[in-house]
Amino acid sequence: MQENNFICTACPMGCKLIVRMQDGEVVKVVGNRCRRGETYGRQEAIAPQRMVASTVRISGGLHPLLPVYTKGSVPKRRIGEVLAAIRAARVSAPVKAGQVILANVIGTGVDVIASRDMPEYSKSSPENSKHP
Amino acid sequence: MQHKEIYDVVVIGAGPGGLAAAIEAKKAGARDVLVIERDVELGGILLQCIHNGFGLQTFKEDLPGPEYAQRFINEARAVGVEFLLDTMVMDLTPQRRLHLSSRQYGYFTLDARAVVLAMGCRERTRAQIRIPGMRPNGVFTAGTAQRWVNVEGYMPGKNFVILGSGDIGMIMARRLTFEGAKVSRVLEIQSYLSGLSRNYVQCLQDWDIPLQLQHTIKRVIGKNRVEAVETVAVDDHWNFVPGSEEIIPCDTLLLSVGLIPENELSKKAGVMLDPVTSGPFVDERFQTSVPGIFAAGNVVHVYDLVDYVSVAGNTAGTHAARYALDESEVEADYVPLKAGKNVRYVVPHKLDRNALEAGDVQLQLRVTQPIEEDVWLEVRSESASIVRRSERYARPGEMVTILLKPGMAEAVRKAESLTVDVYPKAEA
Repeated sequence: MQENNFICTACPMGCKLIVRMQDGEVVKVVGNRCRRGETYGRQEAIAPQRMVASTVRISGGLHPLLPVYTKGSVPKRRIGEVLAAIRAARVSAPVKAGQVILANVIGTGVDVIASRDMPEYSKSSPENSKHP
Repeated sequence: MQHKEIYDVVVIGAGPGGLAAAIEAKKAGARDVLVIERDVELGGILLQCIHNGFGLQTFKEDLPGPEYAQRFINEARAVGVEFLLDTMVMDLTPQRRLHLSSRQYGYFTLDARAVVLAMGCRERTRAQIRIPGMRPNGVFTAGTAQRWVNVEGYMPGKNFVILGSGDIGMIMARRLTFEGAKVSRVLEIQSYLSGLSRNYVQCLQDWDIPLQLQHTIKRVIGKNRVEAVETVAVDDHWNFVPGSEEIIPCDTLLLSVGLIPENELSKKAGVMLDPVTSGPFVDERFQTSVPGIFAAGNVVHVYDLVDYVSVAGNTAGTHAARYALDESEVEADYVPLKAGKNVRYVVPHKLDRNALEAGDVQLQLRVTQPIEEDVWLEVRSESASIVRRSERYARPGEMVTILLKPGMAEAVRKAESLTVDVYPKAEA
């Protein structure tokens, strides 16, 4: 029996998980206080996954960057590829929160979506009065 | 927008605390609610917190900061909250007159029947922790770097050392790594992490960024730009350990060494501040020592989760509206709440003797020292234990809460004062 120790990241409580493995299969997760912890522990022991958040260059917007995130988790070992795809993307304002920026990013089945509305930059808008 | 001369509720700051307060004030019946924000857009610091981890309690979803803010912005607009952006509050009087300045209106004043302070907090700087050495360019707070990298599109350096294991520092360690920079290490003067454990896992451990506990910076090296830092181990009393020095080459030093509630305006209004939290003394409605002036979120004490800030905003907003609509409220009779064994502070600082008749009251507290074993959180009066609940550990970096319920009303009404203790179960 093999034991893996993890700190759960499913929520801010940070439960200390012990994942017991036999022949590459998870036998038991202990130390979790909820079902999300159980799921996290099983996944972490076999194939860790993470959500990814970054920014995309946006033209014509209030800011030069649009924050984006993966709508679900992607395999941890593929985060570098996800980031490269996000870095290569370009969008134009306006954008609405939740808008898909990259569908099915690098074939993971997960969409990269906008984290906020990004209005067009306009001189007359009071929201932009700080800009020259 | 044309502003009015007087509002039922004026909220200062459009971050999560202010937005939640404004929405709830409107829902509680305030006729006009105005949010004043010095930035050109709504959302506050959440806009630069592009990482996920927000909203697990509020929305049962794992959201990035801007998306969390967006939902409150949309709701505030939907319920008819009014906004003054790009506007600075320069002064606030105890009579709730606001002196303001903006590009659109120049200098102007307006009055409020109730005010909610929601100015948030600021980062502790190099000057406040007195790091010796040269004073080159390249020493920034982690939040400043976060704004540049996530909003404005600038990289502040290539090779980083981060001082302090606060959440923003750890999150920036990962973010900078994502953007191709090298983060050599994170140093923490205390013997324990100051941020959340989950951030240690997914920001440092995932990316092989070393964390050195009980280490700090002895000296910054570099004439025009940071060239290196000299690190040193410290003992339990933060004294340098001779011979443990190391020179770490880097071009940028980020500081994640604590947040301080921003209360310059509160002081002008005569609001009394707690020297422990650096925020106002508040009652369970989040009313400050000045009647009609309420406070919500990081301006009161620094939270580690935005979800709790929103809840605090809700409470402050609801009561601000009630105050605005009925100023004839009678003077409350208060029971003081005291920080007991291993408790640094408790918010609220005092409780209306009859508060529990209206519903639950959540006490929020931080411990002084980490206890890595099962603990009791206990609220007691002079004569009796009122409630206790258990936790698997208690850490200074993680705020804990304990709920007072209507069933405890009688015990609270009779108490001279209430004290909160946190202690290992083994000691009980």
